[in-house]
Amino acid sequence: MSIPTDWIRALVGGALIGVSASLMLAFNGRVTGISGIVGGLVHPTPGDLAWRALFVGGLLLGGLAAAVALPGSFGGAAPGVATAAFAGLLVGVGTRLGNGCTSGHGVCGIARLSPRSLAATLTFISTGAVTVLLAGGAR
Amino acid sequence: MSSPTPNRVGESVVALASGLLFGLGLAVSGMTRPEKVRGFLDFFRHWDPSLTFVMGGAVLVHAVAYRLITRRSSPVFAAKFALPTRRDLDAKLLVGAGVFGVGWGLGGYCPGPGITSLVTGAAPVAAFVAAMLVGIAITARLEDAKKPVVDAPRTPATR
Repeated sequence: MSIPTDWIRALVGGALIGVSASLMLAFNGRVTGISGIVGGLVHPTPGDLAWRALFVGGLLLGGLAAAVALPGSFGGAAPGVATAAFAGLLVGVGTRLGNGCTSGHGVCGIARLSPRSLAATLTFISTGAVTVLLAGGAR
Repeated sequence: MSSPTPNRVGESVVALASGLLFGLGLAVSGMTRPEKVRGFLDFFRHWDPSLTFVMGGAVLVHAVAYRLITRRSSPVFAAKFALPTRRDLDAKLLVGAGVFGVGWGLGGYCPGPGITSLVTGAAPVAAFVAAMLVGIAITARLEDAKKPVVDAPRTPATR
């Protein structure tokens, strides 16, 4: 019995995310929460922009590197433009209200054993699952 | 040893490197493929468990590192750790997380993979990210408007 490639990629990618969040904490003392980092660009505080912009630049560079080295890492059954826009609006409103997303709550918060992050993660996985169910399944 | 004054150049280099590793990690892991994400959320039909290992791997690495890192009194390049301290649950947290989950299930993208996938130039991804920024901006404005004027000045958000 062999371990599926997808599982290994998920584990390796997850470990990279963990290392990234750990660097950010050890050197800059910050939580690596993407919605929060981006939120500080949309709704800025003076003197607090550069590192956020650089982090987002890094995300794009990482994406470019993956697009070149590992074709097939992106896309698949992408939603239509209207669905994607509606989904994006909900993600923006929800992560701002709920103070975080998959990274800030799901990774950093759970690693810290934060009750708020644990509750948030259980909530967004549950409503995500119900949404996929009502939408007729993933495939 | 920790710097007595923040090291801005160091912070910038780490932010860029951390972003790069994060983006690479997302793409390697499968989080940038919306059908994988929706498959992970499809518990009741064709559940695809592989993305469990993304959160598992990331939490495992970061949980150990967190315990080692926070033995220090301060981070290497900044004056102090900026970590959330609240532990109470409130309706805003749960409603927000609930709304986010609906958007995540509908589109198959959460914020990080959405931004990282902009490199594909695909129209749905651009629409997702643009609408997400609008959603954040509108909510932030409404939150500010609800705050009393005597509130302390905004400190840099930690998340």
